[in-house]
Amino acid sequence: MAVLSEEQSILKDQATSWINTNAPVSRFRALRDSGSSLGYEPATWQAMAEMGWPGILVPESHGGSDLGYLTFGLILEELGKHLTASPLLASALVGASALRLGGSEVQQKTWLPGIADGTTILTLAIDESSRHNPAEIKLRADKSSNGYVLNGTKRFVMEGGSATAFIVVAQAGTDVILCLVNAQAAGIERTVLSTTDSRGYANVTFTNVDVASGDVLGEAASGRALLDTLLDRASAGVAAEMLGTAAQSFDMTLEYLKTRKQFGQVIGSFQALGHRAAELYSEMELTRSAVEAALQAIDAGARDIPQMCSLAKCRSGAFLFRMSNQLIQIHGGIGMTDEFDAGFYLKRARALETMFGNQAYHRDRFARLSGF
Amino acid sequence: MSSNPAESADFRAEAKAWLAANFPKSLVGKASVYMNFEGEVAMAGDALAWRQRLGEKGWGTPTWPAEYGGGGLTPTQARILQEEMAAVGAFNPIPMLAGMGVTMVGPTILEYGTEDQKKRHLPATARGEVRWCLGYSEPNAGSDLAALQTKAVDKGDYWEINGQKVWTSGADISQWCGALVRTDSNVAKRDGISLVLLPMNQPGVRTRPIKLISGSSPFCETFFDNARADKRDLLGKLNDGWSVGKRLLQHERASQTGASPMPSGSGGSSLAEMAKQYVGLNSRGELNDPDLRLRLAQHLMDSKVHQLTLARITAEARGNPKVTAAASILKNSATNVAQTRSELTLEIMGSGGLGWEGKEFSEDEIGAVQTWLFGKAMSIYGGSFEVQNNIISKNILGLPETTQKG
Repeated sequence: MAVLSEEQSILKDQATSWINTNAPVSRFRALRDSGSSLGYEPATWQAMAEMGWPGILVPESHGGSDLGYLTFGLILEELGKHLTASPLLASALVGASALRLGGSEVQQKTWLPGIADGTTILTLAIDESSRHNPAEIKLRADKSSNGYVLNGTKRFVMEGGSATAFIVVAQAGTDVILCLVNAQAAGIERTVLSTTDSRGYANVTFTNVDVASGDVLGEAASGRALLDTLLDRASAGVAAEMLGTAAQSFDMTLEYLKTRKQFGQVIGSFQALGHRAAELYSEMELTRSAVEAALQAIDAGARDIPQMCSLAKCRSGAFLFRMSNQLIQIHGGIGMTDEFDAGFYLKRARALETMFGNQAYHRDRFARLSGF
Repeated sequence: MSSNPAESADFRAEAKAWLAANFPKSLVGKASVYMNFEGEVAMAGDALAWRQRLGEKGWGTPTWPAEYGGGGLTPTQARILQEEMAAVGAFNPIPMLAGMGVTMVGPTILEYGTEDQKKRHLPATARGEVRWCLGYSEPNAGSDLAALQTKAVDKGDYWEINGQKVWTSGADISQWCGALVRTDSNVAKRDGISLVLLPMNQPGVRTRPIKLISGSSPFCETFFDNARADKRDLLGKLNDGWSVGKRLLQHERASQTGASPMPSGSGGSSLAEMAKQYVGLNSRGELNDPDLRLRLAQHLMDSKVHQLTLARITAEARGNPKVTAAASILKNSATNVAQTRSELTLEIMGSGGLGWEGKEFSEDEIGAVQTWLFGKAMSIYGGSFEVQNNIISKNILGLPETTQKG
């Protein structure tokens, strides 16, 4: 664990105790069993808003606390441990980051207070095919008299069913632009998806949707760069959640190694399993370093943010993949039952892996950024 | 650890001034000549003078107490000194010259030694005048170190030592040895071991260098045939050598947590640069071998993560100078990174990475082959990869011992 400030320690402890009491995995199970199309419990989101979590990246002048990405990561890690579902990552990290990075004073004033108090759910609509490929955007933004007209479809939009607004990534001639679009605007049609991790994704189709030029983030010419910096932050945020999900999988597995008896002794006394646990633990420590360093690099405005974020996403992906599989393997038959929670972790791991680029995507990107 | 910024600034100025007055300009850029692990380095002229000045000042062992020949500096001051030395191209040859003296034996004497032992052994070690080796492993006691059989018998005013040690680095050029010996054969194997300090230059001690798969090596076999250790040179309590010796190994592990404990044979150029030269880039600016490209990216990420973890654990351990339990994690991670780097280096060099000697191969190529081969020892020495995993599973994770029967 990084060396935390007193404020960060307090916030982390508050999150841990609140989640343990109010949002444990049993709540996620109940949500899944209810067949909710929203993908989270409104009361949970309301409580998070009251604790100020959606405002962690929002400047104080717009109703937030501006505590930075490492602090946000601490919360996401805790939520990841218990699979607590909410629009926090999609809106308060990705949405808020877009406005911080590219929003004009007017845009920030319009959108950030709502994000901070949880009434606005602003989510990024980027992917168009089954793979994350920001280099190839097909959704078209054609010039109109007062801005642009959008036509195209976005897939697997996070919190797409509950979003009150979208940041739509569109191809405008040779430029890529990011547009703020109210979810109630004419010409928007969304289809909520039923997914393995039971969260709230939707496909969203835009048919002749009008965007005023004042709703475009930043300059069109620098839209591509804005998108890259935004995706870096999104990747680091997902990595923090993945670290938490993996850490909890490890803790559950270690507990089982110490209590499950076979052949007259606890199975953790077998060297094959002891060494596997040692290697998983070592990998977890290494992954933690990568995730925290990426969040710290963003907070510090470091030169190598893109490398660090790809590193964090790739590393946490590799560890969570291995850990969520070992969670089931080491639990044996019980791990295969729906009654036990292991399956939830395995399913969430698979979903997090595809978000904002999988390991292969970020390994390739890291090589490119390294000049080969 | 409190670090007062004003004091730090004062110390930085002091270090700068002292280095300007004492570090011979002729030695700038010569670190690699004098920082050679693999054998004895002749210190003469300016190098000798520099070693002597550093030793007198105590800055070869900056954090040791001044009364035992150290610099008496705080960890922060020691870091500042290191930064200032790096800034002017200076280097500290004393840890290298002292063999295992500065990194392992010295810290253990500071922790467990008697006042007499500290006074007799530490100052000369701190001046880089005495080289130490360690007698730990034996032909039948490798990973199962506690099975060691070299015996020490109490002969009144000295210990009489008989047995054989192996993998004693630098035994043939060392003046002193810290050896684990059996002092009681009638108790559980870990309860009858003691750590003694003995001089190497005596009739009862014989050494023989070991040739390795990589060629010549610093390792030796060491034979004790009625060798003697002074009665005063038992380090720690009688039959408590297992704890003292384990503590010493923690210092060893802590010194092996960097990813490149051995000088690299691949010169200064980075692996990525080397890959570009040997393999070439395609029109998209990617390495011509797409499979190698991704494995190289993965390795560079692993290497970076190792460095980040080292930095994180160091930051977290600040104020707690005790050797951290994370040393086992870091040692295994350092080993993985270094061994993978060597494998990738040879793969990148292709048939160039098969050279043993001769002008047809570059110095880098021949060096890389030796580094690759010697690097196989990294997962064996200082507690093998598997022994580290035992330590992690038992000491950090609290998993129980295996009961032999399944």
